[in-house]
Amino acid sequence: MSMINEITLIAIIVAVACALPGVFLVLRGTTMVSDAITHTVLLGIVLAFFITQDLNSPLLMIGATLVGVATVWAIEALQQTKLLSNDAAIGIVFPLFFSIAIILITRYAGNVHLDVDSVLMGELAFAPFRRLMFFGLDVGPRALWTMLVILLINSLFIGLFYKELKITTFDAGFAAAIGFSPVLIHYGLMTLVSLTAVGAYDSVGSILVVGFMVGPPLAAFLLTNKLHVMIGLTAVMAVINSIAGVRLAFMLDTTIAGMIAVVTGVTTLLVFVFSPEKGLIKATVNRKREQKKIEQRLQEIK
Amino acid sequence: MKLIIRIETWEKVKADMLEQIRLLLNDYTFQVVALGTGFLGLLSGVIGTYATLRKESLLGDALSHAALPGIGIGFILIQRKELSVLMLGAIISGLIATVIIQTMSRKTVVKLDSALSLILSSFFGLGLVILTSIQNNPNAQQAGLSNFIFGQASAMLRSNVQLIGLTGLVLLVLVALFWKEFKVFTFDPMFGRTLGFSSKIVESLLSTMIVVTIILGLESVGVILISALLTGPSVAARQWTNRLSLVMLLAAGIGFVSGVTGTFISSMGARIPTGPSIVVVVSMFVFLSLFISPGRGILARHMAYRKRQKVFMKQIRSLEE
Repeated sequence: MSMINEITLIAIIVAVACALPGVFLVLRGTTMVSDAITHTVLLGIVLAFFITQDLNSPLLMIGATLVGVATVWAIEALQQTKLLSNDAAIGIVFPLFFSIAIILITRYAGNVHLDVDSVLMGELAFAPFRRLMFFGLDVGPRALWTMLVILLINSLFIGLFYKELKITTFDAGFAAAIGFSPVLIHYGLMTLVSLTAVGAYDSVGSILVVGFMVGPPLAAFLLTNKLHVMIGLTAVMAVINSIAGVRLAFMLDTTIAGMIAVVTGVTTLLVFVFSPEKGLIKATVNRKREQKKIEQRLQEIK
Repeated sequence: MKLIIRIETWEKVKADMLEQIRLLLNDYTFQVVALGTGFLGLLSGVIGTYATLRKESLLGDALSHAALPGIGIGFILIQRKELSVLMLGAIISGLIATVIIQTMSRKTVVKLDSALSLILSSFFGLGLVILTSIQNNPNAQQAGLSNFIFGQASAMLRSNVQLIGLTGLVLLVLVALFWKEFKVFTFDPMFGRTLGFSSKIVESLLSTMIVVTIILGLESVGVILISALLTGPSVAARQWTNRLSLVMLLAAGIGFVSGVTGTFISSMGARIPTGPSIVVVVSMFVFLSLFISPGRGILARHMAYRKRQKVFMKQIRSLEE
């Protein structure tokens, strides 16, 4: 496989793997929690790295995922005190975790081969160089296999718990009443979000992961009202964005993940403006029409 | 004999430490940096109070990321790291991001948090694309441009502090001038509109002030941590009082003390970055306030609960008798 094809393939798999849990984040209105998670997994990576001293250890992923879940727990614990608003709780927890991570890295920079820049930015272009060897056989880039497994886990989770996810997302009270635990499903989803963020950090970086998670589902959300159609459209958007992003990045000789994030932003904004049902133009036209109607009624009354 | 020696060494250590602290406090660089970070803390405490009360504290997070393309374009235009031009670029791209986010969340069914996350990452991606293209065209001046992402408090110059001070002063004067208007629009925008204040002007002024504060803050703590500086002091101050003026004063104080203390800690220890240590200090203030504030704090509430329980038990017992 040529390098550009390999990169495109990795980009597509990363994009779809991130976008799937994103569907439920967008519907539940908790996308900024995922933004917090993608930052705090850095703390998990650092802590696990101190223990294992190996950047490729699976323990690193488990540790980072656990810290991601701990972030969600900390944010919710703060929110439950009712002493501060929901968004303020997020705005306090993740900078603290992230700061501790940065202080640890800077303090022990001498003996840690961990670069903050690479964790934050990531670089897809380097992904094909990190190969996975299997019994001495080169089976492809490591990132490809990691993300493929994560994509599989995400799809399995959504497939198996489709009903539960749907019900807890749209009517948590009803779900609890008929015996589904909204908390359990919520934490399951958040575990997947952190696992995906950890898996994706070295190819796209922790800041852009959020865009991968939110962009395609948001565009799909603007185009349909059916959950299963939304999931399908999300995958399609993710694929389109990553192919276009990789091509553009190669043409302009620039960062691939950054370019995909830009393309994601542009396509989503386009859908936002032109969507036939829920778009900006449609909303403006509707509002004008309502105004006219009211004015006409007023005239009639006079 | 041993004890005496130990006491002597302890006193020597103590004297050494005091001497070190004295030297640090007299150090010119430390004074400049501490003044800068302290003033930035004060400013974000004041302006952040509006942001948290309007439940827009995450806007700070999104806007600081969205400033990156502006910084890059500003640099491309003048090919120098002139702070004022870079900040102007940052402010313009921050304002564009604000307009897009507010259009998305107010005019259509898109939720605020989805809009924030989308704009945050796509603007940051654009910023990275622009910074990469700058790095591809070698120019000695570009070194350290990515420092905006983590802040560069320890490299703060006297001219930077002057710029921060001057801009900050303008913002503080605006807060004093439009005190009534901002207050009405923070707590009850509908009521403000019925009073005849122009909501568009007041709101865009307030948004602009929040953006400017964020951009100034990039200098000290960087893109990722500015949301803590914007949120922390006001949330901590909010626990102690219900009056807006007092919350704001307290937030200003907490912000200032955090800035100076954070700078102090990072100067004392070896290899402790300034921005993150400021954030840790701010967070300590927040958690302390959440726990021990009288009346609404976690401890006070727990004690009140226990008291009620006791009274209730007493009543039950007296009824039983």
